[in-house]
Amino acid sequence: MAQSKKRRFYMRTAILAVLVVAIVFTVYSNLNKEKNAVLQVGDKAPDFVLVDMDGTERRLSDYKGQGVFLNFWGTWCKPCAKEMPAMDNQYGEYANKGVQTLAINIGESDLKVNSFSNRYGLTFPIAIDRNKSVMESYNIDPLPTTFLINPEGKIEKIIKGEMTEEDIANFMDQIKPS
Amino acid sequence: MDKIVCACGNVNPAGTELCESCGRPLTEETKEKKIVDMRYEGSARRSQTYNKTIIDKVWNFFSSVKVGMWIIVAILIAAAIGTILPQVFYVPATNETDIAAYYQRVYGGFGTLYYKLGLSDLYSSWWFQVLVGMLGISLVIASLDRVIPLYKSLKKQKTKRHLSFLKRQRIFGMGKSDVTEESLLKTEEKLKELKYNIKREGNAILAERGRFSRWGPYVNHLGLIIFLFGVMLRALPGFYVDETMWLREGETLYVPETDGYFLESKEFIYETYSKEESKEVYGDAIDRVGTIAKNYQTDVSLYKGPEDSVAGHTEDLKFEKEASIQVNKPIKFDNFSVFQMDFRLDELATMTFQLQDKETQQSFGEFTIDLADPQPFYELDEGYKVEVMDYYADFTGFEEGVPQSQSPLPNNPAFLIKMYSPEFPKGETSFVMIKETVEPLGVNQHKIAFQSVETRDVSGLTVRKDLTLPLLALGGLIFMIGVAQGSYWNHRRIWIQLSEDGQTVVAAHTNKNWLSVKRDLDKVTEVAHLPKYLDQQDIDSLEEKVDKEEGV
Repeated sequence: MAQSKKRRFYMRTAILAVLVVAIVFTVYSNLNKEKNAVLQVGDKAPDFVLVDMDGTERRLSDYKGQGVFLNFWGTWCKPCAKEMPAMDNQYGEYANKGVQTLAINIGESDLKVNSFSNRYGLTFPIAIDRNKSVMESYNIDPLPTTFLINPEGKIEKIIKGEMTEEDIANFMDQIKPS
Repeated sequence: MDKIVCACGNVNPAGTELCESCGRPLTEETKEKKIVDMRYEGSARRSQTYNKTIIDKVWNFFSSVKVGMWIIVAILIAAAIGTILPQVFYVPATNETDIAAYYQRVYGGFGTLYYKLGLSDLYSSWWFQVLVGMLGISLVIASLDRVIPLYKSLKKQKTKRHLSFLKRQRIFGMGKSDVTEESLLKTEEKLKELKYNIKREGNAILAERGRFSRWGPYVNHLGLIIFLFGVMLRALPGFYVDETMWLREGETLYVPETDGYFLESKEFIYETYSKEESKEVYGDAIDRVGTIAKNYQTDVSLYKGPEDSVAGHTEDLKFEKEASIQVNKPIKFDNFSVFQMDFRLDELATMTFQLQDKETQQSFGEFTIDLADPQPFYELDEGYKVEVMDYYADFTGFEEGVPQSQSPLPNNPAFLIKMYSPEFPKGETSFVMIKETVEPLGVNQHKIAFQSVETRDVSGLTVRKDLTLPLLALGGLIFMIGVAQGSYWNHRRIWIQLSEDGQTVVAAHTNKNWLSVKRDLDKVTEVAHLPKYLDQQDIDSLEEKVDKEEGV
């Protein structure tokens, strides 16, 4: 009698546990899917290869051991225009401390990207994601979105929206290799 | 709690109402009843018996059919509320502030409240999913708690039942009639003819048919559980994809979520019915509404990037196949389907201009700007050249003298242009908009004259992958089998017993369709001269009726 009761208790606990775990898992992963379909802080940053405006091939995995300040932008996006000169200043500060800046334009024309970069005198590498595959793999929405990638190639932080120069400096400092 | 030992010697689990073996009522409450509740054969539903630890309490909560019903009602109400205003995925806005603004603008204060309460994204809210999950738990536990005892007691039931059990059946008859061994054999034969399974034990017969219909509800629940499990799998990466992409004619884009596939749009085709070809069918409708769509189609080529290539890679795309995507005729590859869902006609693609003398309108050459890829220089006639200094795709005006573009789409293109000519080797600057030109640095001798445009269409495509469909179909099928099993068959039992004092007892039970079991019994009575039976519930209701009428 006592034994069968004990067995029943364990049985019930096990069944309930399985069901509850299934529900918690479903709800949890659905909520995360809403926020950011695949990429989350701590994930490995998906590798990509793009040719920048100077014709140099930029492959994310080549930056291993350095921090990468990865910014997605558009010429028509006003917050982007505001933060990019500030990014350029900090790029100058941090490039020799092992934090690289890479700005990825989403599918605009060479002419437009060049005229933008000339107007603001930008010096960091800019590449155009022509078939939007990098945008898709990073799930970019809205512009600007910035990914901080640490020297191990993991995502340290995802920033959606505009940053001040102070923010940018702090963020770059955060992914400085030690 | 102790087990209950019946007078017949069978040991029943605590909480049993009718002895699993002989059918004697075991509780005072049951003994007082005229007709016993046969729903679960009087077996001890486990939920009702143990109630000690927290686990037991939680278990009992979910085991209750009443609780299950309330969960369903709650889901119904919530799902209904979600249909009052369009859900967020139907709203033409992508970020939070735009969505909030949309609800505010279109639906006013109620819209804002609806959005703030999270009802605009109700079906993905955690509490809605928890409700559905609770329904799943309820299904599993309530079924387990009922199907196991039911199975046990149906398997254990004796052919010979105690009179106190038979007496409490809805259909019951007893009387002295000369029923002999021979007529019992006749009875058996007749019942066999009526497709009953016969069990015989001494002078007792148990005829039973359609027992499997009792499992209907549980088969049905099993189907639902499989269905819910399939829906749950959608949360796992790789099982379910539902994405949209806008693809312009001539453009090659990465197909979201796929393993390195690219689609190139060759052409978007929009056809309407002409009056000549379909006067009979659509003639009236065309007169009324103007145009009727016949076909939406995107002709595409599918490419695949090299194995283990990374995002951004644009070379070495391997051609896979060509296809014409039409409504409900997607292109299929690698478990993905890409559907034709939407379109935008006539987006500006190229603009052609002439460099002219403003007064004489003499042309010094023509050039065409590809709006997706404007070139910095266009060489014209000897000595004439045009430089595109900047391009504004969606020009909205000047802010502090700087031209603004609100999007990368060529809705209102404008160009900052320098015109070089032998007279002006340093160039004249002109800001060219549609139907208007501004000369920011003084009066020019030359002008850019608009000649023509070419447009291209944009296809709205949906990228779909759903590996859970087979599981959902299986769940649905099992669900329907369960429904059919429980609805179109019924479990009928007839007990016939000769007692030692020469009395014959007849009783019958069915879980539905009482008329049929009575008819079966009538046929048997005819051949075997069994005593007359009564429908005790009918008597009750008759008496009740009389009482009521007297009361009035």
